[in-house]
Order: sequence, then structure tokens, then C-alpha cells
Amino acid sequence: MINERFELNKNLAQMLKGGVIMDVTTPEQAKIAEAAGACAVMALERIPADIRAAGGVSRMSDPKMIKGIQDAVSIPVMAKCRIGHIAEARILEAIEIDYIDESEVLSPADDKYHIDKTAFKVPFVCGARDLGEALRRINEGAAMIRTKGEPGTGDVVQAVCHMRIMQAEIRRLGSLNPDELFDAAKDLGVPYDLALYVHENKKLPVVNFAAGGVATPADAALMMMLGAEGVFVGSGIFKSGDPEKRASAIVKAVTNFEDAAVLAELAEDLGEAMVGINAQEIELIMEERGK
Amino acid sequence: MKIGILALQGAFAEHEKMLGSLGAETFEIRQKHDLRRRFDGLIIPGGESTVQGKLLAELGMLDDVKAAIEGGLPTFGTCAGLLLMAKKIENDSRAYLKTMDITAVRNAYGRQLGSFSTMAAFGSLGDIPMTFIRAPYISEAGEGVEILSEVGGRIVAARQKNMLAAAFHPELTDNTTVHRYFIDMIKNPR
Repeated sequence: MINERFELNKNLAQMLKGGVIMDVTTPEQAKIAEAAGACAVMALERIPADIRAAGGVSRMSDPKMIKGIQDAVSIPVMAKCRIGHIAEARILEAIEIDYIDESEVLSPADDKYHIDKTAFKVPFVCGARDLGEALRRINEGAAMIRTKGEPGTGDVVQAVCHMRIMQAEIRRLGSLNPDELFDAAKDLGVPYDLALYVHENKKLPVVNFAAGGVATPADAALMMMLGAEGVFVGSGIFKSGDPEKRASAIVKAVTNFEDAAVLAELAEDLGEAMVGINAQEIELIMEERGK
Repeated sequence: MKIGILALQGAFAEHEKMLGSLGAETFEIRQKHDLRRRFDGLIIPGGESTVQGKLLAELGMLDDVKAAIEGGLPTFGTCAGLLLMAKKIENDSRAYLKTMDITAVRNAYGRQLGSFSTMAAFGSLGDIPMTFIRAPYISEAGEGVEILSEVGGRIVAARQKNMLAAAFHPELTDNTTVHRYFIDMIKNPR
């Protein structure tokens, strides 16, 4: 039964592939995102850039606010809980969220343990910076992975770095002799069976999206070129001058990431991008949370 | 035999893999110019119908795809693909290709917690595994529509002439029955 549930949850992520998941804070923004072609929305009280600006402890959003967004759109709705916060996750499950993001964007509730996601019926997506983190989260029951990037910066460099590392490690694992896998699993800090899966299939056992710092259609296309199966855009849309147009352009850039002529057209006349901060200028490093 | 797979968003790679295992050649349709290639069948995959429908329209492909289906192109839609072909969506003001004489209910089983898998009969071809992900069902079918599968009294697979629609995802299982049925539709058109 657990296994069947995990399969169904992995399969929902399959349906999101080639799509863009957008952060929204109000039902109005959720409608704009849906109309612009988002394949899902992430409901949260403050987008990562504002969480950075506000400082302090950042927690799960008010369920009432999340329900307002669930009522406003027909596409899947995701919401974030703090790393290790079992109770917040249970609350999100109780309001029938479609996907829980156990997220480093919020303040971690547990500095050692992640949630045992196999104990839940709703699916989880988790952030990862490399193959070891990704497979540990999958072992805990995550049905979808995204790169961590550095959220709320509008700087894509960390998302690129994490996707590059993950893909390189997948290729390396795929090239090993079978008798070298036991040691490789030990080095990665992951169970042998998951290392074996990656070795045999040359991919993660679940869908892998890019996230953290994506601000333009070209950023989104770049992440697809590097092997992402879809893209999360957090602050990049509703912190920009013309959210509707930018959101719609990012959706099309993900579908046609291989066609530079299309990308050129999409990049035109989008108005002000989010201002952004360079990833090395920030004090709060969210990607360090939860390994 | 060459089958075009609409690859705007969603689970199109799984169809490619399954058709490939059955010996069919496939290619991805992402833009209007891809539709100019010659192909014998079309797959509209699962994903979000709102996303695929919007991209079909904005990439200028909606009318061409509609005309091709109405011209007899064998077409197989799964989940979102079923919604895109439906004449009417009961709980949504949007409708897209409107080629198939069915009324569909979107997210008919509720949110992800309502997703399920089961075994049920597909036409006369026996029981097959069916995976429903935030799935629709068909609430009304017109006269020319042949009902192929029902689960819990709801229509979940149907055929009308050159069109095959399934609310579930055969491409996510290792059972090839429905894809073989579609290949047969291409080889032996009605």
C-alpha cells in the first residue's frame, strides 16, 4: 500500500515535467500564474526574497491562506513546511495539499533529522545540492527532487552549480564497475539499492526540477539544457515589473529551450527583472540547511 | 509507422519509450513547423490541460491539430489529452480541440490524495492496470462513442472513430495493451 502510494506520488511529478511551478502569495497571483501556464503553484505567505528581507524565523503559511489559493485554481497546489517539522507536514496533509515542499527556504525545525516522508500519503518534494543529498531525501520518501540553488536571490549560479554536480555524479555512478558501487554508495552516504538504480538507469528514481535563483526565460532554458525536467520560479516572477508576461515567457522557454530563435523572441521587452542580489553577497545561506 | 507526440508539457517521454518498445518510430511536436512532418498517428500526453491548451493556442498549433484530427488522423489522448479532445468540460469554462463527442469532468477524483490505481477491463482485451493521477472521467458520451472501460460506474476509456481517450495512464505501467490497440487503430482505420 505504501509502495502503491509512493508510485502514485512519483507519477504526479511525471505529469508536472516540462512545466513551471510558480511561487504565489495570494489567490490573485495564483490565477495569474495559472493563466500564464504554470503547471502548479507553490502557496506561501512570503516569497523567498521577502523572507530574506524580513529576517527572523520563517514558518509554514497560514492554512487559511493556502486554502484560498486551492479554491482559486484548478492546477496542483504545493506548500512548504520546515525541514523536520512533522506537525506542519501533517497539517498540510490534512488540508489535502497536492505536494509538500520540505524546504530550506523556511527556518529548519530540526537540525539533524528530516521528516520520515514514507509515513505520509501526500507526496513530498525536497531540495538537494548533489546526488548524495538527493538520494538521502528519496530514501526518506521524497517523490520529487529539486536543486536548492540559492533562493530569493535572482542569481542562478547556485542552481547551475547544483545541477552540474548532480548530473556529473549520476554520470560517474553510471560508469562504475558493479563491484565498485558498494564503496560509491558508502562515499555518497546513501543506500546501495538507490546507488544501483542510478548506475543502471543513469538518472534519479524520481523527477528532478531546478530551483533557486531562476529569474528570466533564459535562466529557465539554461536549467533545462543542463538536464532539469522542469523549473520552479520563486521570487523571479512577482518581484519583476510585468509578472504576467514574464511568467508566460518562462513557460514557453521551458517547452522550447532548444530553439534559440524562440528564446530570443521571449527575452524581448519583458520589463524590469527582479533586482536580485549576488549569491556571494548574502548573509543567510539557505542551501546549507538540511544535508 | 511514425507517431508524433505532443511534447509541450507533461509525461510525453513515457509514451515515446512505450511506443519505441512496440517498434513504432516517434518524434516530438513542440512547434507549429513540427506539424508539417508526415506522421500516421498523434499522442496527446498527460500533464496539465490548462498548460498544454494554452501553449497549443499561443504557439499557433490549435487549429492545425484540430483540422488534422477532424481529417482522420488517429489520435490517442491520456488524462489531460482526454480533456483537450473533449467537446465540453463540465466543471471548467475552457474547452480546447473539441473534436470528441464527450463531456469530461476535470480533477474528478479530487486532489492528489484521491489518486489511485486499479485493475479493470479495457474493451474485450481483458483486465489491465490503470493509474489515475488527479484524473478526469467521462460523464457523457455521444452516440458515435464506443465505451471501452468503466471504473466504479464512470467511463474512463472510449473511442470515437479515429480518436482514443483514456482518463488513466497506460504509459506509466508496463502493460502495452492500450498502445497496441492504438497502433492497430492506425493500421486498420475505421
